[in-house]
Amino acid sequence: MSVLLIMLPVALLLAALGVWAFIRAARGGQFDDLDTPPLRAVFDDDETPPSRESPPA
Amino acid sequence: MSSLAANQTDTTSPGREQTFCTHCDLPVPSGLIESDADHQFCCAGCRTVYGVLYAGGLEGYYRVRDATDAQRERPTVTGNKYDELDDPAFQAAAVTTDEGGASTELLLENVHCAACVWLIERLPRVVPGVSESRVNIRTRIARVRYDAASTKLSQVARALDSLGYPAHPARGQAARDARTREDRTYLIRVAVAGAIAGNIMLLAVALYGGQIASIDPLWESVFRWISMALGILSLAWPGRTFFRGAIGALRTRTAHLDLPIALALAVGGIWGTINTVRGTGEVYFDSLAILVFLLLVGRWVQHRQQRSAADQVGLMLTLTPTSATLVDEGGSTKSVPIESLVAGSTAMVAPGQAIPADGVVTLGDSDIDESLLTGESRPVAVGVGSPVAAGSINTTSMIHVRVQAVGEHTRVGRLMRLVAQASENKPPIVRLTDQIAGRFVQVVIALAIVTTVVWTIRADAETALGHAAALLIITCPCALGLATPMAMSVALGRAARNNALVKSAAALEALSKPGHLILDKTGTITNAKTTVARYAGPDELPMLAAALEQHACHPFARAITDAFPEAPSPGHTTHVPGRGVRGTVNGCECAVGSPEFIAGLASDDQLASLARACNDARAEALTPVAVWGEGIGVGVFAIGDTVRTDSAHAIEQLKRLGWSVTIASGDDGSVVDRVAQQVGVDHALARQSPEDKAALVSRLVNESDRPVVMVGDGVNDAGALAAATVGVAVHGGAEASLEAADIYLNDPGVAPLVGLVRLASHTKRTIKLCLAVSLSYNALAATLAMLGRIDALTAAVLMPISSLVVVALAMRPPRSSRSR
Repeated sequence: MSVLLIMLPVALLLAALGVWAFIRAARGGQFDDLDTPPLRAVFDDDETPPSRESPPA
Repeated sequence: MSSLAANQTDTTSPGREQTFCTHCDLPVPSGLIESDADHQFCCAGCRTVYGVLYAGGLEGYYRVRDATDAQRERPTVTGNKYDELDDPAFQAAAVTTDEGGASTELLLENVHCAACVWLIERLPRVVPGVSESRVNIRTRIARVRYDAASTKLSQVARALDSLGYPAHPARGQAARDARTREDRTYLIRVAVAGAIAGNIMLLAVALYGGQIASIDPLWESVFRWISMALGILSLAWPGRTFFRGAIGALRTRTAHLDLPIALALAVGGIWGTINTVRGTGEVYFDSLAILVFLLLVGRWVQHRQQRSAADQVGLMLTLTPTSATLVDEGGSTKSVPIESLVAGSTAMVAPGQAIPADGVVTLGDSDIDESLLTGESRPVAVGVGSPVAAGSINTTSMIHVRVQAVGEHTRVGRLMRLVAQASENKPPIVRLTDQIAGRFVQVVIALAIVTTVVWTIRADAETALGHAAALLIITCPCALGLATPMAMSVALGRAARNNALVKSAAALEALSKPGHLILDKTGTITNAKTTVARYAGPDELPMLAAALEQHACHPFARAITDAFPEAPSPGHTTHVPGRGVRGTVNGCECAVGSPEFIAGLASDDQLASLARACNDARAEALTPVAVWGEGIGVGVFAIGDTVRTDSAHAIEQLKRLGWSVTIASGDDGSVVDRVAQQVGVDHALARQSPEDKAALVSRLVNESDRPVVMVGDGVNDAGALAAATVGVAVHGGAEASLEAADIYLNDPGVAPLVGLVRLASHTKRTIKLCLAVSLSYNALAATLAMLGRIDALTAAVLMPISSLVVVALAMRPPRSSRSR
């Protein structure tokens, strides 16, 4: 049973870590918009615009 | 436009391939097909947007759109210049500048799919000075970051416009930020309460298991101490909101559901702590933590639902125009934000625009539609020297207005003060659960005292206190506290799907009991626009009239062109201010306008029939508009505000549900009486000023214990909307009425109100059912507790089960067949 003396604080610490991470994420605005980010996932990553005069090599 | 396209499609022979627009993929009207071009466009908007996309290398838009199967829509390109966005006063208020550049929020129209998001977020490729653009598809607000030194905000807005997304400055940023912060606080509370509840449960399993399989007393005490620490954390952090609510209720001496909840939490917390320190007796921290978590989940769900309704109304406010056209001494014009107008300056108002400030006409003649301001359905003729009021609409021709009063000194501004006053004096709606909570606390405390006394006599004080504490904890009305928000958010969601935005759950609850219904006439019972009620005369003339009126903005002209949309294009036309239009259509000399104007053109034998038709129209409180065609004769349109086809039926249904209906209108007695008669309403009040309406509503609210519901659309109704128990603004209403109302119906007319009232009474029945179940559970629990048969394990099982049962009941759908 004495293993609990280590496991209990570790478990509570992990829980506290999770809560802390969630609060940080919420305050950082991660949960403000839940509709647009799923749409961004379908975009291709063609961030360089294809040039009209000379086609990309 | 769309009916034109449909016609063209019909005439296409079945064998021929239809041509689709390169940009929007919708059919191209055959008249616009260019046989030798690679790309076909259905309208100028599509051509513009395609040009911008191609020039910016943004053809990826079509790939994203096709991949996401988005609905096809024709883009709107307004071609506005957006100069008002560059005004220093506006920039100071709406643009924030930091080392990364300037950034601002713009509300965009027509954002509806993933491809729109893709395109808007690639704005930096279209406007080089823009470094970032992020849009939220739900709120349609784009946050744009740009380099203020090289790029003007008007350039950014013009670029968005040319892509088919007309931009508006997103007003109320401070309020939006505050709401976002509130949302985050709610979410964090739920998360923390959930994490604590989960961890306490783990410890509770060990403790309950230990009761059966004997646990080492040392470990038992360790677990109990940790439970206590977590439990107190839960009460003090996320649970604090209940104590705050209870203290607030005590201070204002009102009953509130937070009161019994806070009582149970406090007693549980104190008793659990005492027992933990003593090392014997029950600790209830697991039950308390679950309680806090479940209650917060319920409130969060309801908050989200209410919030999204409030958001949508707020966004509609942003769409109202905010700019005015200023004329300087030299006669050149500049568009500026409304806020920078001052008394003494001159503003130009084009036909179809709203007048930005109170003032006097200095140039031009026109007709002003004051219906939103006064309820008067007929436009008022103005000329040089006539006073005009902010918020009314200029209809016929361009005028110049010398500004006399701006902002809160205008007629609209004074009406807004009336709104503020009325909402302060309005008594809050007493909600069913709060009403019950008051009684509940008294009963539970009485039972606790009886328990203590009886058990002190039968056993000892310690046992007595234990049983009393158990009673107070287990009778916590958590099922009720969870059921009401759940039932309400289900109802609010259903209302929103039916285009009714309900800003507060209390308003919906108040609608469940029939009371006084006060209806505005113009735009509520009648169509918002004037329409042609009848026409008398030769059949060829209406087409000629519609052709002549095609480019006029006067409501009567619009009524005629709406009634006869397939009119040919006119030849030469001359506008005769204040009288009518004269010109040629298909070579035929013709004219349309006031009866006096036409009488001057008609032959003597036509005058008698003209006069008779005009008198017929006036007898019904309709306005005659005459039309004349060379060699054809004269005809008369009877124009006025016509009753919506569904109004009479809807009012009949509301009356059958027990509502007493009154019409209060700013319009003339003859018009109001005719409408009242048509829809079967006995009480009709005409010539009501905004103040009269507000006073009428306030008087009813004070005199009657039944709810007073005001339905209206105009600025003139705003005071009454704010004073009423429930204010309902209808589709197409003015900004002021949106702000003052509790409910906004996004469909025109009274008919949606019937569905809403039904939904409200269904919801009320659901809540009462939940209440009955939850109170019988509480009675059972209280009996067990008074007999001393409740321990922490029973409480931990009973409490969540009762909550789940009640939540399942709260979600029940309305019976599919409408209930009588």
